[in-house]
This record gives sequence, structure tokens and C-alpha cells, in this order.
Amino acid sequence: VKDSMRGLAVFISDIRNCKSKEAEEKRINKELANIRSKFKGDKALDGYQKKKYVCKLLFIFLLGNDIDFGHMEAVNLLNSNKYTEKQIGYLFISVLISENNELMRLVQQNLKNDLASRNPVHVNLALECIANIGSKEMAEMFAPEIPKLLVMGDAGDTVKQSAALCLLKLFRTAPEMVPIGDWTSRVIHLLNDQHMGVVTAAVSLIEALVKRNPDDFKGCVSLSISRLARIVTSSYTDLQDYTYYFVPAPWLSVKLLRLLQNYPPPEDTTVRNRLAECLETILNKAVEPPKSKKVQHSNAKNAVLFEAISLIIHMDSDPSLLVRACSQLGQFLSNRETNLRYLALESMCLLATSEFSHDAVKRHQETVVTALKSERDVSVRQRAVDLLYAMCDRSNAEEIVGEMLTYLETADYSIRGELVLKIAILAEKYASDYTWYVDTILNLIRLAGDFVSEEVWYRVIQIVINREDVQAYAAKTVFEALEAPACHENMVKVGGYILGEFGNLIAGDARSSPSTQFQLLHGKFHLCSPPTRALLLSAYIKLVNLFPEIREDIIAVLESDANLRNSNVEIQQRASEYLSLARNSTQDVLATVLEEMPPFPERESSILAQLRKKKPAVEDAIRARGEKQQQRPASGAADGAAASAAPTAATPTSGGGGGVKLQGDIAGAESNTDSDLLGLDFGGSAPAAAAGGGGAGGGSVDLLSSILDVGVSSSSSSSAAPSAASGASAQRKTVVVGAGASGSIVGEENWHKFVCKNSGVLYENDILQVGVKCDYQQSSGRIVVYYGNKTPAPLAQFASVINLPDSSLTNQLGIQVKPVGDRVGASEQVNEVITVDCMAEFSACPLLNIRFVYSGVAQSITLKLPLTINKFMQSSEMDSATFFQHWKQLSQPEQECQKIFQAKFPMDAETTKTKILGFGFSLLSNIDSNPANFVGAGIVQTKSGNIGSLFRLEPNQQAQMYRLTVHSIKPGVSKRLCELLETQI
Amino acid sequence: MIGGLFIYNHKGEVLISRVYRDDIGREAVDAFRVNVIHARQQVRSPVSSIGRTSFFHVKRSNIWLCAVAKKNVSASLVFQFLYKMIEVMVSYFGKINEENIKNNFVLIYELLDELLDYGYPQNTDTGVLKTYITQQGVRAQTKEETTRITNQVTGQIAWRREGIKYRRNELFLDVIESVNLLMSPQGQVLSAHVSGRVRMKSYLSGMPECKFGINDKVVVDSRRGGGAGEASGGGGGKSGHIAIDDCQFHQCVKLSKFDTEHSISFIPPDGEFELMTYRTTKDISLPFRVIPLVRETGRSGMEVKVVVKSNFKPSLLAQKVEVRIPTPLNTSGVQVVCMKGRARYKASDNAIVWKIKRMGGMKELQLSAEIDMLSSTDKAKKWTRPPISMNFEVPFAPSGFKVRYLKVFESKLNYSDHDVIKWVRYIGKSGFYETRC
Repeated sequence: VKDSMRGLAVFISDIRNCKSKEAEEKRINKELANIRSKFKGDKALDGYQKKKYVCKLLFIFLLGNDIDFGHMEAVNLLNSNKYTEKQIGYLFISVLISENNELMRLVQQNLKNDLASRNPVHVNLALECIANIGSKEMAEMFAPEIPKLLVMGDAGDTVKQSAALCLLKLFRTAPEMVPIGDWTSRVIHLLNDQHMGVVTAAVSLIEALVKRNPDDFKGCVSLSISRLARIVTSSYTDLQDYTYYFVPAPWLSVKLLRLLQNYPPPEDTTVRNRLAECLETILNKAVEPPKSKKVQHSNAKNAVLFEAISLIIHMDSDPSLLVRACSQLGQFLSNRETNLRYLALESMCLLATSEFSHDAVKRHQETVVTALKSERDVSVRQRAVDLLYAMCDRSNAEEIVGEMLTYLETADYSIRGELVLKIAILAEKYASDYTWYVDTILNLIRLAGDFVSEEVWYRVIQIVINREDVQAYAAKTVFEALEAPACHENMVKVGGYILGEFGNLIAGDARSSPSTQFQLLHGKFHLCSPPTRALLLSAYIKLVNLFPEIREDIIAVLESDANLRNSNVEIQQRASEYLSLARNSTQDVLATVLEEMPPFPERESSILAQLRKKKPAVEDAIRARGEKQQQRPASGAADGAAASAAPTAATPTSGGGGGVKLQGDIAGAESNTDSDLLGLDFGGSAPAAAAGGGGAGGGSVDLLSSILDVGVSSSSSSSAAPSAASGASAQRKTVVVGAGASGSIVGEENWHKFVCKNSGVLYENDILQVGVKCDYQQSSGRIVVYYGNKTPAPLAQFASVINLPDSSLTNQLGIQVKPVGDRVGASEQVNEVITVDCMAEFSACPLLNIRFVYSGVAQSITLKLPLTINKFMQSSEMDSATFFQHWKQLSQPEQECQKIFQAKFPMDAETTKTKILGFGFSLLSNIDSNPANFVGAGIVQTKSGNIGSLFRLEPNQQAQMYRLTVHSIKPGVSKRLCELLETQI
Repeated sequence: MIGGLFIYNHKGEVLISRVYRDDIGREAVDAFRVNVIHARQQVRSPVSSIGRTSFFHVKRSNIWLCAVAKKNVSASLVFQFLYKMIEVMVSYFGKINEENIKNNFVLIYELLDELLDYGYPQNTDTGVLKTYITQQGVRAQTKEETTRITNQVTGQIAWRREGIKYRRNELFLDVIESVNLLMSPQGQVLSAHVSGRVRMKSYLSGMPECKFGINDKVVVDSRRGGGAGEASGGGGGKSGHIAIDDCQFHQCVKLSKFDTEHSISFIPPDGEFELMTYRTTKDISLPFRVIPLVRETGRSGMEVKVVVKSNFKPSLLAQKVEVRIPTPLNTSGVQVVCMKGRARYKASDNAIVWKIKRMGGMKELQLSAEIDMLSSTDKAKKWTRPPISMNFEVPFAPSGFKVRYLKVFESKLNYSDHDVIKWVRYIGKSGFYETRC
């Protein structure tokens, strides 16, 4: 009766009855003053009173007021033996006492006492308090103690339960504080505990611990499977307290299923079968008629089911289970519960990425499409879109894209942007017919122009430019699209660009005569924003080149004040530059300057990157699964490898199972380190660049000077325009540091020839021949690389870049490149001069990356530059005494390198001699006692000092073996020289 | 202009909602409730801008009045209107509280229709409004009556109707001032100003023209042609005229005449109205001086001594004097001794309240208190001693404001200035009258 705390009840009801905030505040102030006077008073308070006042303080604190006294009284309560008093004390402390309060020491002492108490109720209170405070300090203090309670034989169930949860909390705060010890294995055995509460708490703890070191807890797999089996097979009457609306222990089942998702499928077949049985039972139960109509029953049942399905997806090994899960989810697709539909779509999205169930998922395509159309909840519709995206492959691409386009018209604004990206990607990836692709994208722009990001229309232009066969069709289609009375600005951009490039292809038709094309474009001009206007101006000047007959019209437009005196600098500059270009240049100059855009280099579709940025979670999930499948030796790996070896994101790869290929593509795109949008930016400013420097890629700032230069020399523009070209080449001809491993290295065998000689052909294929001639003097050298075009067509966008695969090379070598032009004419040869300074000894080999576009296809070749340490070596002569003296000096183990190896070439003494001399060593006779042996010396010259080296080569004719010993001042040098020489003889 | 007007009770339930313009939607009602009334932190600014809409609110007891505007309106106009509206409502049904508003909501809507038209404030004069908005139900009005009302409302003198007759022509003038002060513990005035109002109750027949004279410096200086300034009164102004910083008149005052001749002349509305408001900051005679003495005795105790001196003519009597001495937040007990009046520790307000019913001029009273404190566990928080505040009422104008004359002319009716009975009263009240300690 006394425990009811009437004063507290009265106080609370007073507060509740307060009419205004002010009244409440007054009442609280009065109460606080009362409590203060009570605490201050001389009369000692008994436990009950203390408890009551501490309770009031707690209540006041929870109302949002500051409490800065009463802590001491709360701590005093902890000493009480009464449960309620202790409980209130702990409650106050866990809510109100901050971590660094000085009273914490007292509290900790009390906690320690209570933990050691014989009374399980007191132990529980202490554990709860520790978990509630859950600070680092607490973890430090108690983390080593609590595991003992957990595995103590005679501890009660409730104590074990609390200890597990408390430890979990401390583990989350400070994982490093929780010790790993012999208790870990015993914790696993809690899974077999009689008490379901203990098991539930233990599973939570184990799941957290498993994340840290999975190997220690491997044993829990079989234990949890057997536990799961027992729960699943039990009837709902067996578990009594742990049955929730006829579902036996749903929470525990969910936790166990989740725990199992941390491990791969069990290897032991009996265990695995047992798990499969469990999962099957769960799936079976889902089909059974419900035991209750209550929503709680179905919720609990479905929670277990969904967790089981995600485990099935995680294991991804049993086709029959996957297909069953899929059909089960299919049923949910038409369920009345919105949440179920959402979850079903989400899980199906993952199922679609599994090779076993991809086809099963595809069977539900129609339902998903209906969901897209008729679903009321926007988040569910969004999942439906995700699923359609995931299940799309070559066979159903046109249909799905069509459905998505129809949906786009009515879609919510919030998901339109993402939807547009998805349509664009699917259209691009699965396009077998490029006219379809162009149609789709133009439709996309027409339907949701506002949501079409730059990347999408850049991409369509890139593809149209790279594919000759669609250019005419594209021009016709955009022309028709532009004829609509109102069209989106993005459409105008695409239209301007494509008509400017390929307007001539449709000029034959009377309906789209040059002047009509121009009028059509110009009709939209005044409605557009400045960037679009600038683009249209570029299109106009291109039209001047294509159709000289409308030149006057265009000059009139360029001349108008609206353009020539526009407040926008970009428009003004373009107008005035194009105007003088149109007025003053001959047709030849125009044709050169305004040549058709060269094809774009093939690269990862940046739309994909955009989508990934937008929805990291889903894409990551899909990608993670993609990677996982690649690791599998089965078909996944082969497909994935094929996709990543040929990162042709723009042209669709053919063949292969749809789902797997999708992941392969994404993974392949991932491996392409060069995933920036450079190419797209290039595309964006391309019209300007095309006018200025024939695709030099310079900004429009350099435009004027390059045009002037063009006017004067009218030669191949970029090399003649120093400012523009140097700006551009400075950008491209840089020496790149880092792992620029783009593509595999070719011509390795040719490279070996260069170790001992200085000129020859480094690489040759049907298109290009690369020759090298080098000469070295002391520590510097000059390498002339000859690029010969073997074809009757020019190589465009020619560029070579030196990659240093090892970043330390930047300090070891000083490389300067005198660039070549960006174009190698038909059957022409150009040379590139590379000067090299050897700063210090080096062992890695610089790479030469050559990129160019031949007949619309971008090519990239990576060669090893024949630059090795021995090139900087000068032979030196010495007599036998000096030789042996040096030999001895340099005989420390790290300075010596010895190899015994099989001869790679016939063991001819003369050839070997030539090779050694070519390598750089001298040949010293009369030093070695055996005349068949070769002995020699050389000095490697670097800017940072000379490195003397000596060698001795002992041939063994019978065994066709050599023994090679190299001594050098620097250990790395002897090793490298040894390696190099080994390849040569 | 005002787009809408809402009245809420303390729980945020809407009692009255009247929207004048289409740009204010239903959601505005909720926006104010959520963001201001139910705001996590107490909103102290009377103007809140939520979603490009401005909400102006005032609070009377537990009632929130809120005017909403989408346009950029003058905030002072809106507040002036809100206060005027409160005045109108008070004169119609007395105290503003939830019950009164619920009982009179038809009347309030009727008033709101009249006070604002398309968000523009119209006639807010209580006397005039009462002529055609009555609580006695609908009265069948004759044609003449309606024309009279129309003429009057649309006419030049909208605030007074014609044909008023009184047997006794009488007028009352109240000068009500509130003194605001902030003083340092050493007795240095940090800031002080007086804001005053002149309220008038007129019961005059016909359309009388009144002329009002005060001892304002500008007015006096402009008249300074002949006579010198008169001797000062009880206030303590030296030259007998005061410097008014700014003033504001009722709409009946002819401003053109004030600008040219510095004379205040007007045709008064019938009944009670506020003729002018003004503010002065110079030469204020402070009625009271508070001398605090605070001594902290260790961490758990404090001694406070407060001396109050009255500083006006001994013949005058101050009333309702109340001194409020804030106590630390961790006070656990207080013992107070005072010479006169009644002093008590009020825990709910965290203050010692000392009430003195009457206090003569040139007197000195003293209070001493001992405060026990509970040592706080949180040492970082220091008690910032809030100032000691005072409330009082004195029968003079602390600014030195004087009414020099009030003449009444009525040419058409046969009564002269001498026949009118005039009453003048001065009341000085405390505003924020605070002394730091």
C-alpha cells in the first residue's frame, strides 16, 4: 500500500490538469522547491520518501526540465535491499547521470556489488543498468566480467538472458573491449538451452559476434539449423509462451535464419539437407490455410517466410527452393496487403539476379506490369520498376521498355528521373535494332523531357555518331519530332546536334529541304535557354557547311543583334566567330573546320554510373551478387570474364544467359577505372571544338586563335594552331602515373629483343606498325618511336600516353615527350621523341599506351617501352687484379645475385658474346681460369651516381644450363641485371 | 494585406477562422498550430514566417489571435489592427477567454466582416460599430436609419454620428504613463523611458470642436512669444515643459493643424477613446529607487538586503507596490523579515515577493532575507542573478506631462467651454522597472 506513492500520482495528475505551459512550469517550480527543502532538511528521509522524490524528479526530467540535484539520493537508493527502491535508483541513474559524472565511481561500485549478489533479481537490475548506460567506460569495466555470468553453470535463465543482451550492447559500443576467450565456444552452446528466452538473446549476441570473426563461431551453423528444425517441426502447442498467434517462436526463427545468412551453405550434406528440409517446411507452411484470421498471425508467419526466402537467395544453390520461393512470392504479388506486395517485389528483384530463378521470375512479368499500372502505393510501384529492370533481358527488352514508357506518362514525379535512366540503359543495352533505340530515346525525351538528364541525350548522340547505319534514320526521326508544335528543350538539343551533323542525309526529301530544316530549328531558337542557343548556333554553322545555299539566311541570324550583342558571353562569342567564319572562309576551310564529328571512344555508359549514384543500395546488391557469381567456376565466371574483357558498353554483347550477363556487364564496367564523364563532356562541347580544332577538344576560349590559324594556313588544323593544339596536347600528352592497366600489354616477345639492341620493330598489326630507335649516352637517352599507318584511311584522335605502372618510377626516371599530331594520315609515318633521364636505378618498365580511332572504332594498344636499366650501363675494362678486388668488395649476400637456369637459345659462344656486349657489359678475357666462362664489368650511370656491376657466366654444355652471378653495389641492380640477362641467353 | 484571421485556444484548437483572400489556404491554419503553438521550443517572436507566409500573433490569456498574410504587409499595421480588434471584442463581451469566444462566435464573425474588407482594415471604432452591430438581435431598421448609418460610415467624420445630446456636457481625461527602467546595482540609470497614453471619455452634445494643450517643448516654444514657462508641478521638470520623443494621435486629430500651428484640435468620438500616445526618455522622475545588497555565504547560503526609497512628494501616496526578488534555482528554504507589507517566498515563481499596499513619498523601507541552497551536482551552471523588478501605481505623471488646457467649441448648440465639466487624472504605472543586483 505504501509503495503506491500517492504523492507522485497527485503531482502527475496536477501537471496533467494544467491549462497552460506557464501553469505547468509554476507547478513544477513549486514541486522542485519542495523536494529541495526535503533533501536539504535535517530530518533523514526513509527509503520510501527518497524513492518517491527521486521518482518525481525523474518525471520532471522526462517532461523536459533540467534536473541538477538528487543524484546522491538516487545513488543511496542503490544500497537498499528493496527491489522497487533499487529499481528506481537504477532507472534514475541510467536516465540522468552522465558518463563523466563523479558519482559514476560510486555507481560502479554498487554495480559490482550487485553483479556479485546471490539474488538473481539484483544481478538483473545491475545488468540492465550497465546496458542502459552502455558507455565505453562501462564496457571497459564490465565487459570481461559479463561473459562469466553468461556461461556460469548455475546462473538462472533470466540472468543469462540479461547478460547476453547486456554484452551485446557493450559489444556494439566498444567491440574491442569484449574479450575473445574460451567462453565463445560455450556461448554457441546456449543455442541448445532449454529456455527459449535465453536462446533468443544468445542468437542476437552471436549474430553480432559473428560479424567480427566468423571463423570462431562456425559451430553455430549446425546448432542453429538443428534448433530451427526443432522449432519449425514443432506444433504451436509445444512452445506455449513462445508461440505468437499460432506461430511457434517467430522472432527466434527469424533471428536464426538471419544468423545463417552470415555463412555460405553448409558443406556437410546431412546438415545441408536438414536446412533444406527446414526451409521447405517453412515454404509448406506458407501454403497451409491460416490458423487465424488475425493480422498478427499472418504477419508473424510471413516474417519467418520472408527471412527464409532471403536465406534461400543468399545460399543460391538449390534451384528447386529458389523456384518455389519465386512462385510463393508470385502469389504475394496479388495479395491485398500493400506491405506484402512491396516485400515480394523487393525479394523478387534479388531472385531475378540468380541464374536458377531468373526464368521463374520472368514468368511473373505480366503481374508486375499490372502492378505498375494499377498499384496505388508509389513505393510499391517503384519496386515494380526495379523488378522489371532486374528481370529484363534480350528476349523481353522491347516489351518491358515499352511498358515502362507507357507508365512514364503517368508515373509520379518522384520516380520519373530514375525511370528515365533505367529505360535509357535497358534500351541501350538490349538494342538489337538501333532504329528502335533511337525511337525509344526520342520518345523518352518527348514524354519526360524534364527528367532526361544530360547523360541520356549525350549518349544517344554518341551512339548515333558512332553508328553510321542509324544516322539517316535518326536525322529523319528528330526532324519529325521537331515538327511537333511544342517540344522539350532536350529534344531541341538532340535535334540541333543531329541535324547539324547529318542534316545532309535527309536533305534529298522535299519535305525536309535544307531551308525547312533550318527554319524548323530556328523556330525553336527563341524559346531555348542560352546553353541550347549556343548549341544551335554551332548547328547553324555546321549547316552552312552542309548546305551553302542557306548561308545567307544563317549569316542574317548570326548578324542579328540578339545574337551578336547578346549579354551572354558564350552566345556572343560564338555568333561573332561563326559569323566571320561563315563570311570569310572558302568552302575548303569550312569543310575542314566543320568536318563531321569523329566517332567517340567507346567507354562505359555513363548513364549506368548515374543510376548507380542515384540508387546505390539496389545496384550494389545486384552487383555484389554479380561478383559472387563470377567467383563460381560455373558458367557465371566465363560470361563475366567475357564481359569484362570487352567493355563494350555501347554495343551490346551477344549471347549468354540474360541475368548473368547483366551482372557481368556491370562488373566489367566496374573494372574500367576510367569511369569519369570526360567523354561526355567532350561530347557536350563537341560542336564548338569541331569548329575550332577538328575535334581537338580545346575549350571555346581557344576558338578564335585556332580559327585565325586555320584561316592562314588551312592545313590540318590542330597541329598548325599552336595555342589551341598545345593546350589540347598538354591535356592529352601527359605522363600518367599509377596503375594505368587499361588493356593487356601486347608485343612482349618483341620487347625482349630490345634488351640487347637499340632499334627495330616493337609492335605490328594490320593497322599500325610501331618502330623504335634509341640511343643512350651516360645517364640520358633518346627514344624515337615511329608510328606507321598501314591502312589507306587516316587514324583519327591519335594519342599516346606513357604510363608509369609503379609510382616510384616518377622519381627514378625523368621522361619528356615531344608529342605527335592527333592524326596519322593514310600510309603515313609520324615519329614521337621521348627523352629519358635516369635519376636512379629502376626495375619496372614504363608502358606506352596508344589510342586512336580507326574507321569508327576506337582502338587502344599498350606496349612496354624498351627502357631497361642496362641501357644506361657502360662497359668498363679492368685487369684481373682489379676485377677480383671489386668482386670481393661486392660479395655481400644482398649485393650478389646468382641464378642457375636452362639456356633459352642454342649455346653458341659467339652469339652470347655479341649479346653480352649489346647488353652493356665488357668482356674481360684471361681472368677466369676456365676460358669457356664469360666475365665482364659495367657501370650503370644515373643522375644520382654510378653503380658498378660485375658478372660471371658459366655455361655447362652437357646440361644446357648456365650459372650466372652478378655483383653490384646496389642489391636491386644486381637482381634486375640478372633477370634481364637471363632472358637473353 | 491581411489574408486571414484565426483564433485558437491554448490547445491549438481553432475557434474562429476567417479567410479574406484566396492566397491563404486551409493548411495555413495547421501550419501555425504546428509551428508556433505546438512548437518544441517556445516561439517568442510575434511574427513567424512559415512557407513564405507571415503569421502575426498576439496572446490574450490563453487565446491566440493570429493574422496571416502572404503579401509583404506592414507588421505594425497588423499588430495595431489586432490590438484594436481585441479592444473591440472586450467592449462587446468583456474578458477574452475561450468560453466568451465560443459564446459569441456569430458576433465575432459579424465583427470580422465589418473590421476587414478583402484584408484591408476598415472602421475599428467601437462606438461607431456598436451603432449597427448589436447583440440584441436584428432590429428592423428604417430607411432613414440605414441611410444615416451609410452616410456616417462613408462620410468625412466616420467616428462620430450627428445628433448626440447630453443634458450634462462632461469630459474625462486620463493621462496614463508606464515607466520603464533598468538600473545598475550602483544606482546608475542604464536605460529609462516613459510611454504614455491620453485616454478621453467624452459626453458632449452635437459636433464639438476641441482644442488640447500640453506642456510639450515644441508646442511651448512655438508659443514662447510672450510669457515665460510656468513653474513646475509635482513631477520635477525644471522648465515646466517636456521633450516628447514621438507621439501618435487618434484619427480624429487634425494633423494638418498640428503640423502648421502645433495645436491639437479635433472633433472627439462619443464615449471612450485614446486621444494620443507618446514616449519620452529625458528628465524622467523615477518614483522609486531600489538598493540591493547580496552576499553569498558559502556554497549553500545567501543573504539579501533590499532597501526601497520612494522619491516623490510626501503628500502623494503610491499604491499596489510590489517588489520581486528572484531566488537561485536551487533554493531549498528562505527566511524573510520586512519592516512593512508582506513578504513571501513563492517557490512557483522562484522569487521572494514583497507586497506593500500603500507607501507615502520620501519614505524608506527595508527587507532582509536569508536563502538556503542545495548544493548542485552541476557546478558548471552558475546562477546569473536576474534583476529585481518592481510594480507600483503613483498618482502623477513621471515624465512631467501636463495638460495645459482643453477647450470645447460648439458653434451650433448653445453651450460654451465654461459649461463643460472637465476631469483630469494622472496615473503613473510601472512597466519593466528593474534594478540589477
